[in-house]
Amino acid sequence: MNQSEENKKKVIVRVCIGTGGLAAGGKEVIEAFKKAIADFCVDIDLDFTCHYQKVGCRGFCARDVLVDVVDGDTSVTYQGIKPDIAKRIVEEHLIKGEPVKEWLIDDSYHAFHAKQLKILLKDCGTIDPEDIHAYVKVGGYDAIKKILSSMIPEDVIAEIKASGIRGRGGAGFPTGVKWEACRKAPGDVKYIVCNADEGDPGAFMDRSIIEGNPHSVIEGMMIAAYAVGSNLGYVYIRAEYPAAVDRLKLAMAQAHEMGYLGNNLFGSGFSFDLRIKLGAGAFVCGEETALIASIEGERGMPRAKPPFPVQKGLWGKPTVINNVETLSNIPYIIRNGAAWYSSIGTEKSKGTKVFALTGKVKNTGLIEVPMGIRLGEIIYDIGGGIIGDKKFKAVQTGGPSGGCIPAELLDTPVDYESLGRVGSIIGSGGMVVLDETNCMVNIAKFFLEFTQAESCGKCVPCRIGTKRLLEILDRITKGLGREGDIELLEGLCAGVKSASLCGLGQTAPNPILSTLKYFRSEYETHIREKKCPAKVCKDLLTYSIIDAACTGCGACKRACPAGAISGEKKKPHRIDPEMCIKCGACFDTCKFASVDRE
Amino acid sequence: MVKVTIDGKTATVPEGITVLDAAKRLHITIPTLCHHPKLSPFGGCRLCLVEIKGVPRPVTSCTTPVADGMEATTTSPNLENLRRTVLELVLSDHPNDCMVCERAGDCTLQELAYSYGIRENRFEGERRTYAKRDGNPFIERDMEKCIMCGRCVKVCEEVEGVGAIDFAYRGFKSKICPPFERDLDCEFCGQCVAVCPTGALTGKLWKQKGRQKDVREVETTCGYCGCGCNLTLHVKGNEVTRVDSKAETLNEGWLCVKGRFGYSFIGSTERLTTPLIRREGKLEPASWDEALDYVAGRLKGIKEEHGSDALAGLSSARCTNEENYLFQKLIRAAIGTNNVDHCARY
Amino acid sequence: MAGLATVFGSGAMTNSIPEIVNNDLIFVIGSNTTETHPIIGLKMKKAFRKGAKLIVADPRRIDLVRFADLWLRQKPGTDVALLNSMMHVILRESLEDNEFIANHAEGFEQFRASLAEFTPEVGEKITGVPKAKIREAAVLYANAERAAIYYTMGMTQHTHGTDNVFSIANLALMTGNLGRESVGVNPLRGQNNVQGASDMACAPDVLPGYQKVDALQVRERFEKEWGVVLPGKAGLTATEMTEAALNGSLKAMYIMGENPVLSDPDMRHTVKALKNLEFLVVQDIFLTETAALADVVLPASSFAEKDGTFTNTERRVQRVRKVLTPPGDAREDSWIIAEISKRLGYEMKYHAMEDVMQEIGRLWPAMAGISYSRIEKRGLQWPCPTSDHPGTPYLFKGGFPRGKGRFTTVPYRPSAELPDGEYPFLLSTGRQLFQYHTGTMTRKTSAIEAIAGGRPYVEIHPDDAARLHIADGQKITVSSRRGSIEIAARITERPLEGMVFIPFHFTEAAANVLTNTALDPVCKIPEFKVCAVKIEVS
Repeated sequence: MNQSEENKKKVIVRVCIGTGGLAAGGKEVIEAFKKAIADFCVDIDLDFTCHYQKVGCRGFCARDVLVDVVDGDTSVTYQGIKPDIAKRIVEEHLIKGEPVKEWLIDDSYHAFHAKQLKILLKDCGTIDPEDIHAYVKVGGYDAIKKILSSMIPEDVIAEIKASGIRGRGGAGFPTGVKWEACRKAPGDVKYIVCNADEGDPGAFMDRSIIEGNPHSVIEGMMIAAYAVGSNLGYVYIRAEYPAAVDRLKLAMAQAHEMGYLGNNLFGSGFSFDLRIKLGAGAFVCGEETALIASIEGERGMPRAKPPFPVQKGLWGKPTVINNVETLSNIPYIIRNGAAWYSSIGTEKSKGTKVFALTGKVKNTGLIEVPMGIRLGEIIYDIGGGIIGDKKFKAVQTGGPSGGCIPAELLDTPVDYESLGRVGSIIGSGGMVVLDETNCMVNIAKFFLEFTQAESCGKCVPCRIGTKRLLEILDRITKGLGREGDIELLEGLCAGVKSASLCGLGQTAPNPILSTLKYFRSEYETHIREKKCPAKVCKDLLTYSIIDAACTGCGACKRACPAGAISGEKKKPHRIDPEMCIKCGACFDTCKFASVDRE
Repeated sequence: MVKVTIDGKTATVPEGITVLDAAKRLHITIPTLCHHPKLSPFGGCRLCLVEIKGVPRPVTSCTTPVADGMEATTTSPNLENLRRTVLELVLSDHPNDCMVCERAGDCTLQELAYSYGIRENRFEGERRTYAKRDGNPFIERDMEKCIMCGRCVKVCEEVEGVGAIDFAYRGFKSKICPPFERDLDCEFCGQCVAVCPTGALTGKLWKQKGRQKDVREVETTCGYCGCGCNLTLHVKGNEVTRVDSKAETLNEGWLCVKGRFGYSFIGSTERLTTPLIRREGKLEPASWDEALDYVAGRLKGIKEEHGSDALAGLSSARCTNEENYLFQKLIRAAIGTNNVDHCARY
Repeated sequence: MAGLATVFGSGAMTNSIPEIVNNDLIFVIGSNTTETHPIIGLKMKKAFRKGAKLIVADPRRIDLVRFADLWLRQKPGTDVALLNSMMHVILRESLEDNEFIANHAEGFEQFRASLAEFTPEVGEKITGVPKAKIREAAVLYANAERAAIYYTMGMTQHTHGTDNVFSIANLALMTGNLGRESVGVNPLRGQNNVQGASDMACAPDVLPGYQKVDALQVRERFEKEWGVVLPGKAGLTATEMTEAALNGSLKAMYIMGENPVLSDPDMRHTVKALKNLEFLVVQDIFLTETAALADVVLPASSFAEKDGTFTNTERRVQRVRKVLTPPGDAREDSWIIAEISKRLGYEMKYHAMEDVMQEIGRLWPAMAGISYSRIEKRGLQWPCPTSDHPGTPYLFKGGFPRGKGRFTTVPYRPSAELPDGEYPFLLSTGRQLFQYHTGTMTRKTSAIEAIAGGRPYVEIHPDDAARLHIADGQKITVSSRRGSIEIAARITERPLEGMVFIPFHFTEAAANVLTNTALDPVCKIPEFKVCAVKIEVS
């Protein structure tokens, strides 16, 4: 770079390469910008230099790729950027100074954010996660410095207890109480483990936090370590998150270099270091005792509690295991005070919670909301309502351990107790919106397939019980359900729930129990009438052609992969039910709604 | 010491023991399947669930340490219902071919199914089927009968220190196998066979050799190395059909490949069954009188011609004390020489 | 065993097997315990799990090395140098137990002086073990609360085997690691009833209970019980019998349950000696290599076909029970002995086998308290002098039978035959897990044969194999000055470079064709663990 280059103004192009951004082509977008700039450079001498920042998740994944163009004090945000649009933005905005209107964020973007309260995600997507100074600039590592210079461990624990924060991994155990138990457990060697083994289908908040703001997790671990008296922490993270692992490694290296990790931190005499342990992607390893076994090099199988990890954890030593989101909250609590934190949320559930909002809702993405917000607000205000304005049916929260909440309960506040009362859980924060085209039996079956496949096999109720539950659900969706199957499901669900060893088995029946509770008639219709009201279960469907509506265009005949449709041109066609494989191709193809699905 | 109350009976027991052990001291039986007193607790079968006052859900008594003032209940309609459900689940994935199973009459699962009277099964469904059988000559691994109690895995790791097998796969497909599902290649101590509560692991050598009820069990001492392990010989007719060892023995019931599986030499067809005398360079069968008279005559003749010290005896570290005593007595008292030794000095 | 008897006045394991789990330091030297004594191996593993430290001294990477805190890989035959330099360190760092030495030992000052030359540097030079490891081992052993030494034939089967045992005894005496529970010196006996055969005095210089034949008082007691006059001169040891047979002074032998053709060194030599006898009687359950040379073969019974007792390695007398009748015309060994004795004019009259045990008790006080009814369920450990004595789990509580333990000055002597230009490899022999001794029993057990039979092998280091272009499993010729065998190579890092190892169980490639007949001068044990061989690719 020559002298003149250095004197030019800097324009920053900030591209989301979080989970959603990457999937929408974030990396390709950056390449397209670089190529466009290079192409223009050939003919014109540009009066600026362009810098690229790969930032973490910004939440509104439905509108990815999100791109900020920062020119001095002004920042403009684009949405839905594809690589081929990059050239236009370079030419019209960067060179000519005219933002490209049709790709600018709109009202829905603002609506998406209006009811959110971003604490953890505030810095995600704005600061450069690969630069420790970016974190320091927004107050990073102030919390640990404050603690080391002015607080004894007991004060820290008191502060965390006063904040009211509860574990974000699913069970909602008060974090301060856990730390206190570990602090009081006898032993010289203690460990802090960060559970980054995010395994719920569709959940990606932990990954996003590590990718977008890794230092907040490190700082949280340091504070926890100081509070309980530990000098070594482990981050247990799945190997399927290579970007998060790289970010974390880089963050650790930078922290080491700055003297934020290692011996005698900030001259306080307190030492702390971190190790990364890669998980092989077993869902059960999110369970804390299985996670411990996995770090120890054993097969990830849960162990009986008691003793609890805070008494006998990793290598038999007292161990605190906190989830990523929990730890990431800690520096903000210390910086802003317990009173500030506990002012957010409800009486028993404090602070904010990050959810991965997906399913049949218009605005999907990663959201952070204050505890106590109503489900309806999330779905209709933040989520923008149901796609295609179909009828809302239920919202599934908590992933495979959670349940489905029906429309009549949309007023339910989102907090640990309230969701528990209606048969679901907050869990790690999955939130899947279902509409009238979702079959609830099928939804339950989907989650049971997952838990059965992920059962570690150690205990009988989970290994065989979930298999039998799945078999019963399977036969119901195939039209082979029997009278008494619902009662059998209920009985077995109760058995699996109370007899299983760990949380995986204990909560595996929840998707069945909650759908039975609110959508029992759907099960009954499957069993007694051999019909699927949502028209999802293939084996229960029959396709036929409504003669009066059929124009005999032949489109269905061409679309049918089984050759089951016959008929002469311009005359009503017919479907041979023997040959029909119920794929629905005819139904989707017909422009005259003349295919009937029953 | 802590005070615990189980099913209304109160006792003072040492700190650190489990509720299951405490119950045993109070002569209260809690059904178990995966528990083994010499192995670390597993808590997988869930049969030993008990209710503890103040604890919201039932806990496994085999893993839960006692605490002072603890009140436990080992049986209730809810607990029995859970146990029955668990047993039905296990049996729903079990061949239930007790008629031909080697372990019939000696099987914990069979006993439990019997005592809970489980005939119909509400949960019938897919069963695991494994076509492959292990090719080793000692241990039959019928994994369809495996209930995943993990005892074999633990005994191999915790007692034998070998770790030849472990859990693999997940969910219903979970199984216990050697690395990469190869055939077992280990020390073949058979400790896994000894601790298996079902017919999943049995000895190939005693296959179809007789049900336990037809077998006489005799305690003896192993004839191999100097450890002196206590063996139980299972005898049917004039044949040793199987060897094992009881848990309360010096060797805690553990044996090695030779002690457990190295007994068929006893019934070998190559055994010497008649005295042999060398005639014209060839060893030929002879009667005992013939042989003994011949031996005594030759020994006597050599002694008379060359003196006692021209004779010697070499005895065996494999023979009994009594035999060794008599042997040296023969050499010393009957022949009159101290030329007697045994190769044990090696 | 002569070594320990000289030092302490009694030669056996000082502790019992159940005590192993309470050791806090286990020093295994010259014992492949997990293969030769698998169940004792399990007890050691249990001790490690409870936190015991383990030191293994062995030239081979035996299985126990996996569990060891410290592995001393000494060159074969250099154990004296290793132990002496460990003791040098103990003295240098003042870790010896002076009170114990003063009260319970003699000859220390002279012995102390003899160790001066064995600095760790000298130790390293001779043994190949880094001096830091020698020091670490010495400190670990000397500082342990409950330290026990375990050894077997890797110590004794040398021309300086007795010296090795003296060195072990010196080490234990110096540190006071004797005479307490889980503390002591433990030779593990290789066969089920070696202890018993020794106790019963199938040995040329003693009568039952280690009572010297040349002691008149002793002989008189036996003469009274047996009703005969007994010879007072010590007889021939087994190895001396072979020599006597060769030179013609020994004319006849009666061999019961032994197979010296395969188990003795230099097989050609042994066969020649046995063939030279005028008359050979062999009593066994199979037609062994030795029985095949006999003039008369007498069919005997296996352990399942007779009543009696075995004494295991921890001196525990345990019951053996008859459960089968012997096949065909085979007979119990005791019947055969009595029948021969009768025909020699000396009748042995016993109503039952237990009568024999009672007679032993009358002659040897240490077993006087043992009766079949007392050992119905669990065996008793001698000494057990009275019928209410509980037996003796560990020896030397409060002192040694001979009064004070004796320090013995042990100079380092190299093995009799070491590798040279012509025979550049060092051969060591021993056992493997699946087979037992000369295979008389295991090789007739079809399942064991299926997994480990008929496949003799020689372990050779990968670097040696590479140099000689030997592939794994390739047949090679191993020769010594005594003979040569063809055998499959097993390439493994278990032996040291320049060393090979052959298990001696296999008649089809008998290790003892190669071994050296050189003996330890005191107890006449042959040097099975070290001889020189060469390797040729056939």
